[in-house]
Amino acid sequence: MKRYVAALLGSAVMMGMAVPAMAQDPIEIEYWQYFFQGRVDAIDALIEQFEAENPGIVVNHTHFPYADYRTRIAAAVPAGEGPDVIQMFYGWVPDYIDAGLLQPLPAEYFPLQELEDEYFDIVQAMVYDGQLYAVPTAVRSLALFWNKRMFEEAGLDPETPPATLDEMVDFAVALTERDGGGNLTAVGLTMAMTGQDHHWWREVLVRQFGGQPYSDDGRTVTYNDEAGAAALQYYIDMIQEHGVSDIGFMDEPQAAFRAGRGGMHIDGSFRLGALRDTRGLDWGVGELPANADGDRYNFSSYWVNGITTTPQGEEFDAAARFLQFITTPDAMQLWLETVGELPAREAAALTDENTAHPEYGPFVRGLEYANATQFVNESAQRQLMVDMVDRVLLQGMSVEESLAVAAEQEQALLDEFYGG
Amino acid sequence: MFAWRDRLTVGQKLAIWAWGFLAVPVVFYCVIRFYPTFESFAISLTDWDVLSDPNFIWFENYVRLWNDPVFWQVLGNTFMYLLLGTPISLLIAFVVAYYLDQVRFMHGFMRALYFLPFLTTAVAMAWVWRWFYQPVPIGTFNNILATLGFAQQPFLRSTTQALPAILAPAIWAGLGFQIVIFLAGLRAIPSSYYEAARIDGAGKWQILTEITIPLLRPTVVFLVVISSIGFLRIFDQVFNMTPQGDGGPLNSTKPIVLYIYETGFDAFNMGYATAQTVILFLILLIITLIQLRLLRGR
Amino acid sequence: MTADAIGTGAAGSTRVGLFRGDKPIRPGRIVAWTILMMGGIAMVMPLVFMLSTSLKFPHEIYDLNLIPNEPTLENYTYVLADGRFYRWFINSLIVAIATTASVVFFDSLVGYTLCKFRFKGRAIVFVAILSTLMIPTEMLIIPWYNMARTFGWLDTYWGIMFPGMMTGFGTFLMRQFFESVPDDFIHAARIDGLNEFQIWWQVAMPLVTPALSALAIFVFLGNWTAFIWPLIATSTADLYTVPVGLSSFADEADVAWELIMTGASLATIPTLIVFLIFQRYIIRGVVLTGLKG
Repeated sequence: MKRYVAALLGSAVMMGMAVPAMAQDPIEIEYWQYFFQGRVDAIDALIEQFEAENPGIVVNHTHFPYADYRTRIAAAVPAGEGPDVIQMFYGWVPDYIDAGLLQPLPAEYFPLQELEDEYFDIVQAMVYDGQLYAVPTAVRSLALFWNKRMFEEAGLDPETPPATLDEMVDFAVALTERDGGGNLTAVGLTMAMTGQDHHWWREVLVRQFGGQPYSDDGRTVTYNDEAGAAALQYYIDMIQEHGVSDIGFMDEPQAAFRAGRGGMHIDGSFRLGALRDTRGLDWGVGELPANADGDRYNFSSYWVNGITTTPQGEEFDAAARFLQFITTPDAMQLWLETVGELPAREAAALTDENTAHPEYGPFVRGLEYANATQFVNESAQRQLMVDMVDRVLLQGMSVEESLAVAAEQEQALLDEFYGG
Repeated sequence: MFAWRDRLTVGQKLAIWAWGFLAVPVVFYCVIRFYPTFESFAISLTDWDVLSDPNFIWFENYVRLWNDPVFWQVLGNTFMYLLLGTPISLLIAFVVAYYLDQVRFMHGFMRALYFLPFLTTAVAMAWVWRWFYQPVPIGTFNNILATLGFAQQPFLRSTTQALPAILAPAIWAGLGFQIVIFLAGLRAIPSSYYEAARIDGAGKWQILTEITIPLLRPTVVFLVVISSIGFLRIFDQVFNMTPQGDGGPLNSTKPIVLYIYETGFDAFNMGYATAQTVILFLILLIITLIQLRLLRGR
Repeated sequence: MTADAIGTGAAGSTRVGLFRGDKPIRPGRIVAWTILMMGGIAMVMPLVFMLSTSLKFPHEIYDLNLIPNEPTLENYTYVLADGRFYRWFINSLIVAIATTASVVFFDSLVGYTLCKFRFKGRAIVFVAILSTLMIPTEMLIIPWYNMARTFGWLDTYWGIMFPGMMTGFGTFLMRQFFESVPDDFIHAARIDGLNEFQIWWQVAMPLVTPALSALAIFVFLGNWTAFIWPLIATSTADLYTVPVGLSSFADEADVAWELIMTGASLATIPTLIVFLIFQRYIIRGVVLTGLKG
């Protein structure tokens, strides 16, 4: 034993323990985003172009796992170790502005009027006291994926997704498969509020049943009415009445779809890459089904970039130039092609080529009738939706009652945030 | 020889040695552990949200805690993990270790089998268990039940079954550790005691209850305390086995550490999160001190 | 690893039988042995699934078959072809070995002091050290980060290691195991003229090798699998440890389970080696009478 301890101690001494910090360049800016292979590749490519065009500026690109991204920011920011340019979910921006973490973007690089004309509506939410604090690079929306082989086996046209919500139910019934014991072996529609369904319910179903999820200023929950109840009833009926799905089937919705055990699946454009790589899966993608009156809605969300209060002087200028560079139409097209996220500039998104694209098309078309939720704490608000459904399914609570509980709890969250 | 040194009693000399041994560790603990701990206790009296400057709000966070139904539920869950986990895991570990200690044929191989789960990362293993619990067609447990003609069980999708379902892999993951400690403890009992007992004609059961278990007391104290702390601080399994790490369904599996994590790093309500941490700390401290007192020798 | 292992231990053993001390093989013993073996096999089933998933193509993962329909080593080539994996591996080794050495040394020194010395403040020191186990690590991240930044430890090995250089866990473990060292031995050594440090190092330490080996394994493991602090303390991929590096196989949209399981399987190899090195000391047992003349 002594021998081992001695050896261990010896090796510890030899390690030298500390690695010296890197030398600083004159103008060096730090860019942070979360890890997603496509995003990392896209930004690396953009940085290379940017550095070639702007000699004397070096951009350090740092990324962290998605799940820990905010934790990392939380640890670094109070310590003043933060980045110069940062990518954020649009829902975090109010928080970060409030905390004095972001500085306004310089008007000479980002003329507000021009941006409001060129970008989808979201830019408005990035304006605070008449000053712009962040610009989106990319937009996301939802679409309906379907499994062509399962459609064929169920006697449905493998090229046509359901056009309406009622048709969606019929299709789902036809697609569902059960074993001899009555256990689900394939679901008609993959369902879980933990996935994208909470967006679908909030911004699409509630509106399609004639309601509105939140007041226009985003500060009041307005889905606790008949429309909201009808929307929730529609969702619950899929499971309880029609038996075409179950929460947690195959653990996660996209796992069921990728394994060929889900007939239909609602998801974002970021799923395209993974689906393309799934061998033996023949899938199509189309717009979300309309309601009986033909009304369509969609949910959109954004990742935006802003400049923190860290850089000053020429570093601030370099940061602004970099930010401008990664939000050009060309950069957005590159983003679309490598990441699969849609350009945030209307002109760049709604090109004929993009709207007619077999994969991006449905998402791009969806943007024209999409709404973004003004989240104050996305994961907590998602959890309320998860619990709302579970109370009905697992505890037998009525749809109206469960909806009321969710609305009350969500209102409390909003009040806490805005009430200050 | 120094005169003052000769004037010291043996006890004083030993005390000087003791503090000499403790000098570096005491500095380490004060700087690295105690100082940040007190700092976070102070934060529990503020409304710090990580990004902006904290405001002092006295005991508001504790009042809020008292009135928070989720906190009480989470506390109840945490005690369920403790009350089920500690006795079950220690009983299994002791029985296995006791027999494993005596096995000769393939002893090393078997010991490795029992220890292997402890050697892998909790995250990867939690996911494997999560898959095991799925409904048919993929879930292993439900496939076994279906083959045997029993009804499917919801496991993780049930407000009553989910907690035990998550506890099982937690016990499983720590079993190897407990077994190894028990084995080390069994081996630390001098063989002369056994030989003496055997010469006196003591039976197997008598040896177990009168020699093995009493002499194993320091080991048992250690394992009871450490396992209790472990189960009261359960996190990895719950975080990885529930969708989005939410401790569901309907908070039925959420332990206090997960609630602290959500409050602190999702909602960035550090003040409230540290108030919960203080409560957890006090609970752990009280339980540990009670255990140490109860299990004290003689 | 074969069927040897025992024999040096406690009760005098014969060379026949499944269990120590058995002369003829009794039926009850066969049943007990079989149950123990089956339990052991059940214990490793989840690991077998981990291994089997690492040999699957992505589309096959959720079949949860034990034996892949089309076994492939593609995941291993993918993970290992990423040159960074070796770097992460080395980083993890450096961190885990250095921390283990420090913990084994200091924790056993402190544990010994708290067990065998009588002095004022002993109980307070013990409870205070034990109380460090009662704070979730997550809550110390921000203070540690501030500390690391102030002293310039971010993005260094020391920055990753410093919070774990001593542990309440190991101190407690060693204190408990030093209780089995008879005080007579220590008195005798004192009379022989050894100083207190020599008594600890030369007399007491060899008597607790099983516990030291167990501690070494646990600490190595704990550092090898540590995630949250190494993630926060490093920002360059050059300093990532294996778990931090592996987490990049999961992103917002998708988790590449086949790659995670591959990485986890590979990451188990060093811990297994450490276990195999130290485990013989755990079970070697201590024959007290033979040591001190």
